[in-house]
Amino acid sequence: MIEIRNLHAEIDGKKIINGLSLIVKDGEVAAIMGPNGSGKSTLSYVISGRVGYEVTGGEILLNGESILEMNAAERASKGVFLAFQYPLEIPGVTTMTFLKACLNAQRKSRGEAELTTPDFIKRVKTGADKLGVPQEMLRRALNVGFSGGEKKRMEVLQMSLLEPTFAILDETDSGLDIDALRIVSEGVNALRDPKRSFLVITHYQRLLDYIVPDTVHVMSKGQIVKTGGKDLALELEANGYRDYVGEAA
Amino acid sequence: MAAVQETVDRVKSVDVDAYKYGFVSDIESEKAPKGLNEDIVRFISAKKNEPVWLTEWRLEAYRLWLTMREPDWARVSYPRINYQDLYYYSAPKNSPGPKNLDEVDPELLRTYEKLGIPLREQEILAGVQERRVAVDAVFDSVSVATTFKAELAKAGVIFCPISEAVHSHPELVKKYLGSVVPVSDNYYATLNSAVFSDGSFVYIPPGVRCPMELSTYFRINEQNTGQFERTLIIADKGSYVSYLEGCTAPKRDENQLHAAVVELIALDDAEIKYSTVQNWYPGDSEGKGGIYNFVTKRGDCFGARSKISWTQVETGSAITWKYPSCILRGDNSRGEFYSIAISNGRQQVDSGTKMIHLGKNTTSRIISKGISAGRSNNTYRGQVLAQKRASNARNFTNCDSLLIGETCGAHTIPYIEAKNASAVFEHEATTSKISEDQLFYCMQRGLSAEEATALIVNGFVRDVLQQLPMEFAVEAQKLISISLEGSVG
Amino acid sequence: MTQAVKALPTAAEAKLAADFADARKVLPGSGAVHALRTAAFDSFVVAGLPSRRVEAWHYTDLRGALREALPMAAQPPASATSALRVRLEKLVPRIAGLKTWRLVLVDGYFIADLSDAAALPKGVRVMSLADALVCGDAAAVELLAARGLGESDVALALNTAFMQGGVLVDIAQNTTLEQPLEIVSLSSGAVGQAVYARSALRVSKGAQVTLIESEACESMTAEHRNCALVIAVGEGASVEHVFVPAPLASGSTYVASLMTTLAASANFNSFTLALGGGLLRRQAFMRFDGAQGRGQLAGASLLKGKDHADTTLIVQHVAPHCHSREYFKTVLDGDATGVYQGKVSVAPGAQKTDGAMKSHAILLSDGASMNNKPELEIFADDVVCGHGATVAQLDDDQVFYAMARGLPKEDAQAMLLEAFVDEATDRVENEALRAHLTTLIGAWLSARRS
Repeated sequence: MIEIRNLHAEIDGKKIINGLSLIVKDGEVAAIMGPNGSGKSTLSYVISGRVGYEVTGGEILLNGESILEMNAAERASKGVFLAFQYPLEIPGVTTMTFLKACLNAQRKSRGEAELTTPDFIKRVKTGADKLGVPQEMLRRALNVGFSGGEKKRMEVLQMSLLEPTFAILDETDSGLDIDALRIVSEGVNALRDPKRSFLVITHYQRLLDYIVPDTVHVMSKGQIVKTGGKDLALELEANGYRDYVGEAA
Repeated sequence: MAAVQETVDRVKSVDVDAYKYGFVSDIESEKAPKGLNEDIVRFISAKKNEPVWLTEWRLEAYRLWLTMREPDWARVSYPRINYQDLYYYSAPKNSPGPKNLDEVDPELLRTYEKLGIPLREQEILAGVQERRVAVDAVFDSVSVATTFKAELAKAGVIFCPISEAVHSHPELVKKYLGSVVPVSDNYYATLNSAVFSDGSFVYIPPGVRCPMELSTYFRINEQNTGQFERTLIIADKGSYVSYLEGCTAPKRDENQLHAAVVELIALDDAEIKYSTVQNWYPGDSEGKGGIYNFVTKRGDCFGARSKISWTQVETGSAITWKYPSCILRGDNSRGEFYSIAISNGRQQVDSGTKMIHLGKNTTSRIISKGISAGRSNNTYRGQVLAQKRASNARNFTNCDSLLIGETCGAHTIPYIEAKNASAVFEHEATTSKISEDQLFYCMQRGLSAEEATALIVNGFVRDVLQQLPMEFAVEAQKLISISLEGSVG
Repeated sequence: MTQAVKALPTAAEAKLAADFADARKVLPGSGAVHALRTAAFDSFVVAGLPSRRVEAWHYTDLRGALREALPMAAQPPASATSALRVRLEKLVPRIAGLKTWRLVLVDGYFIADLSDAAALPKGVRVMSLADALVCGDAAAVELLAARGLGESDVALALNTAFMQGGVLVDIAQNTTLEQPLEIVSLSSGAVGQAVYARSALRVSKGAQVTLIESEACESMTAEHRNCALVIAVGEGASVEHVFVPAPLASGSTYVASLMTTLAASANFNSFTLALGGGLLRRQAFMRFDGAQGRGQLAGASLLKGKDHADTTLIVQHVAPHCHSREYFKTVLDGDATGVYQGKVSVAPGAQKTDGAMKSHAILLSDGASMNNKPELEIFADDVVCGHGATVAQLDDDQVFYAMARGLPKEDAQAMLLEAFVDEATDRVENEALRAHLTTLIGAWLSARRS
């Protein structure tokens, strides 16, 4: 369970998150919707520990433990996963090498034994097959020359391998056609688990047709201004954010 | 910034002091008196019982050297070297020349064991290693052991210390010594010609594919000793050889000079692949001590369709001054240069290559990856030249630099000269740093800042690592992590 | 380390020394100016004329090319300059579709009578170099000295020592010039002479100017030109600069130096079109002194016969967040030699520098040769810098394609060459100027065809 209490954060002295509070329970899929510039992506970076995003007040607890003093790698090992809106390219590092390095680094930091190569390959292959990721892609440098859809699929593959307890999907639907969106969503849905919670950040309701949320939060000016069930997303789609963006002032 | 800052701090703290080959072996040695004059040159020649022509060749080089000036065009700076304050000859006392392994001083064998260099053939044979490597071990001024000689001889391959080749194959040595790097070539090469101590000699007969990798392992042990080895590799028509070179030295507070010369000759359809992992002691983090690596390496693609490929991983030395080059003399010949140069601490690197296109339809390829950290300076300097008659010369050059931290420098100085209208030369270079976005992405997946940096750097140099023979590639990859991180693993 | 051994002075070097001894008393300026000249000349005496031994002159042997030192050009008499008035428009035709204010130099000397000095708008002040040096205004002298730019260059030092003519232009704050300034340089000499001119343009905060340098020679006698232009671009100011050096008679040497400083948020865009003639060394030194500056040095060289054209650039990023572009195209025919040397240098602390340099050359004949030396010198880590250099031929497939559509081979080649060079001229913003350059390039290409 992740609990955010009265969070304040800024970048280069500019306040972006203004007293945000949010709870996502184990097994829950929460959606955050909001207009551009409401601070959605910033929230994902603050939770995952990106340098330069300064928390000036409040608390983030993962299963009761504060993660604010941890760096990004430590948070990842605790189970925080961010599916990037724009996944990065790492030239010269094959996808396989990258996946193995990450998985073993996390296992090591949790005091678990490193996976043997055959075990690792088996896991990757199973995960890749489910997501329709061809073997050839795993031998290429990570994300280099991948299409938008391939990159997003790779994000979901990484999530399935790293088995996080709290996953943030940042605009995972952006740049995807309907088929890719379906494949990616099925991948995410397959990972839904009573012990795993999700925070799905999206601008459009479309994604929520595929990944049906338990709760929907509306974010504006760095705060949660409205919380409801999945119907709230439909209402936003019909009426826009107009009714809510004023409330944060 | 902080993530990067953290990396930078770690890198700073690494310390080149962590140099793991920095031990000194306690081996009694025999030295010529300090300093350099004609008598010393004669002494070295006499020690090796050399023929008169070679003694005269050395003396001529020495006299020429006296008239020359140390080159000053490289982007490196160091206090003047007092050439009279060096020993020019040092040999382990109990092994005046190469012997059977059984006779080699056990302390020497232990030294090479510590360095991870297998000198006992039976152990290698019994081991799990699939690929065997024949090793010529050069300790200070002399070759102490050469392995697998018998097996190589069966294939007709000559692999022995050059001091031995002078006697066993005088016609080859006389014909090719100084044919690629003339005595008058440059200050350090001329000095080497006068005082060279030992080094490896390789001859691959026509049509023979050398049955195993050949390797020389250089070790400087003595204090105040210059090491001046000389390597000569001749690949006769249609032959192939892959040759590896490794180097280490103990940690010492004073600088030591290493001025080697390597000459490669590839006749028609022959191919030579020459790989170096240079890990001489780089000095401490304040720049005290370390090797001055002033080396002349050149290959002559003498025959038609011949090929010479240089691959180097440069992580050591206080100063590196080194430009492994190819003279593309034969029609349709090909030259390649793949380089990774990593500098940290106060290291200074000025390295690159020359591709001199003389024959028709010659091609060359240069891939250089420079990584600067700490307070080091790392310069790529390269020349690509097509002479008038070199019709259809082709070159592709790519040199990329990566900076880690704001106190280092990365420089690129290419000379691209086309004197033939059918030449096509392409050159591209970039300088950048590891992006914070990439670092964050890797850390979000659980890698520490140092692991992320090492991973990204390894990706950056991958094109070059792939050129190395397998055993070396693994060693080089480790070396890169050690050179940059220290704290990883 | 060791010092370069100095060779015995050549005849030209000895003559220059004698000339300076004679001229130092009569050259304009005293005090600080005198000190500037003497220091510059002393550096020449130590180093001698630049030869291939000097790294920055590796491909251009000025020492070898200057076999004799020609006499310094004298101030043309008033009778001669007034007679020029009629011929001037013909010698240096007006640029089609572009009105300019002309500032005329004859043999390097500023001739106010031939210039549009009276027509200049408010906010523009013009003064001859001699007047500026004689009055010794400290700001003017510092501007002309352009300290830190090309300081180790001996050819530039000779210009500093001997500078005799030129014009100083001062643009007041927030002045936007409606039409370009055009410095017209005319060589009148029927006898071989040496011209040392130095001009300067100071563009104050927020001002916007276009400056053209046009040149012509009245008679094709070999001459030695060594000219310099200083441009100081003030904060937020914007300057576009186009330079078309006159093709000189064979046996001539021409060193043209440009020294530019950019203050914060300044914008500078310079283009040079070299059309050969003798030995030309175009050297540009550009320094970013303030953050957020944008500077571009671009150009094209079209060379044939025995032409030798050297483009040498040194770009110094001292301030952070600046953006520099260097972009050059060279076309070589006959036995011509092209040189491109570019150095982008990023000082410690000049973070977020964005620098890119490109040099592309096409060789058209067996005798032509091209030397490229694009250099990066980086001391800051958070930068994006790169360079690219290519040497190649016209693409046979493209030529064939155009021929298959009915173009004769020469036309097909000319069309492709024009397209190749256009990628550089496209960087000139002023449309009429761009058209002017395209016309000159077209003329060179059709001359090549016939």
